[in-house]
Amino acid sequence: MLQIENLQASVADKPILKGLSLTIGAGEVHAIMGPNGAGKSTLGYTLGGRPGYEVTGGSVMFAGQDLFALEPWERAAAGLFLGFQYPVEIPGVSFVQFLREAANAQRKARGEEPLSGGEFLKLAREKAALLRMDMDMLKRPVNVGFSGGEKKRAEMVQMGILDPKLAILDETDSGLDIDALRIVGDGINATMRRPDKAVLLITHYQRLLDYVQPDFVHVLAGGRIVRTGGPELALELEEHGYEAVAA
Amino acid sequence: MVDVATLPTRHAEDFRYADLTALASLWPVKAETIVVPAGERRALTLIHTGEAPLVRDLAVALGEGAHFALHVLNAGAASGRIAVRATLQAGAHFHLGAVQLAGGDATAEIVTHVTHAAPDAISRQVVRSVAGGRGTANYLGKVLVQPGADGTDGEQSVRAMLLDRTATANARPELEIYADDVKCAHGCAVGELDAGGLFYMAQRGLPPELAKRLMLQAFIAEALAGAEDEAALQDQARAALEALL
Repeated sequence: MLQIENLQASVADKPILKGLSLTIGAGEVHAIMGPNGAGKSTLGYTLGGRPGYEVTGGSVMFAGQDLFALEPWERAAAGLFLGFQYPVEIPGVSFVQFLREAANAQRKARGEEPLSGGEFLKLAREKAALLRMDMDMLKRPVNVGFSGGEKKRAEMVQMGILDPKLAILDETDSGLDIDALRIVGDGINATMRRPDKAVLLITHYQRLLDYVQPDFVHVLAGGRIVRTGGPELALELEEHGYEAVAA
Repeated sequence: MVDVATLPTRHAEDFRYADLTALASLWPVKAETIVVPAGERRALTLIHTGEAPLVRDLAVALGEGAHFALHVLNAGAASGRIAVRATLQAGAHFHLGAVQLAGGDATAEIVTHVTHAAPDAISRQVVRSVAGGRGTANYLGKVLVQPGADGTDGEQSVRAMLLDRTATANARPELEIYADDVKCAHGCAVGELDAGGLFYMAQRGLPPELAKRLMLQAFIAEALAGAEDEAALQDQARAALEALL
C-alpha cells in the first residue's frame, strides 16, 4: 500500500525528516509515536503534499504510484486521507456542500459517476450516525465554532464519507474526552479495518491504541524511525518514556 | 459625490482612487434623492454588471425610526462607482451590503458618507470585494457622529480579496465622532485566500479552481444576506464571480 524509502524533507530549509523508511501493507494498522519535534506531523503533511514541505530525497510509492508525482488533490482521489491535528475552519462553506463537492471531485478524478444529492445525504447521514454526530452540525460551516473534540469527530465523518484506502491520522486523539475517544476509535475501526485498507496513526499516547490496536508500533525520533515493534512497544514507551526506549 | 459640472481630480479625497477616464464620459452626475419618512422602510438593490461604466450618486435621508437597506452588486466589465450620502435621524437604521468584483482593468468603488445626526441610530456597512487581473476595488467610507448623537451604533466591515498580484484593493474606513456614548466599530482587511484552507480542501480532493470558487462564493454571499430577492441576487453575484475566475 505505502512504501516510504529513505525520505528526507525540509521545512523552511530546515531538514526535519532525515532518511525515514516505512512500509505499510494492506490490512495493517501502524502507529508512529515520538517526542515533540521528532517530525511526526511533518511526515503527514509531506505525504499529503502541503506547500512548504519540501521533499529533498527518497521516494514514496502509494498504491503502485509515485506519490510525489501527484498533486495533493490527486493524492486524495487516489485514496490518501490525512486527518488533521488542527482541522481548518472554512467560513461560509457548509460541511454538506464541501463534502459533496469533495466526494464528487474525487469520483470524477477516478472516472466514476457523481453522487446525486439524495445519495450523498444518505451516505452522510449514515457516517454521521456512526460517529454520533447530529446531521444538523454538518449543515454548519466547516469546523467553524466546533470544539476541539467535535472537529476530530467531524474529521472521522469526512473519512467515512470519502472512504480512503489509507488514512494518516495526525493526533486524532488530542482534544478528545474518554467517551469521544471511544467513539472516534470505533469510527476508525468501522471505516478502515478492512483487508484492502490501512491506517497510520500518529500519536503521543497509548490511549487511542487501546481502541484501535496497531499491528506495528514505530518510534520516530530525529527524523527517522529508530525502533519498530508490536503493540507491546507502545506500552513500554508509556511506562519508560521516549528517551529510554529510543536510546 | 457632489454634482458639480467640473470633473473632480484625484486631489479630492473621495476620488483619490477613482477611474477618472470612465467618470469623464458620464460627468456631471446628478444626485438621486431618496427620502424615507419617519417609521417607514425602504429597500433598494443596485446591480452593475454591464459593459458600460456606471456612476450613481445617492442622497438618502432617513427620518426618525426609518429603515433603509441598500444592496449593491458592483461587478461590471467597465468601472462602476456608487456614492451614498446617508443622514440618519433618531433611531433610524441604515444598512449597506455590497459585493464588488473587479476584473480586467475596471475599478469598482463604493464611497459612503454616513451621518448620524441624532441619537440612537444604527448604521451597518458590509462590503466584500474581489479583485483580479489589473482590477481595482475601493471602499472609502466615513461615519460622522454629530454632537448630541449619543447612543450611535455604527459598524463598517470591509474585506477585500486579491486574486492576482496585479490587482489592487483600497479600503479606507473613517470615523469622525463628536458625541459621547457611541459604539463605532470598523474592521478592514485585504488579503489572499487562506493557504491553510486551500490545502485542507485539496487534501479532501478539491482541485484548486474548485476550492477557490467555494471560498469566494462564501466570502461574497455574506454581504448580500437579507437582500430583497436574495436568491436571485446571490445567483447573479455567483455568475459574475464566475466571469472573474
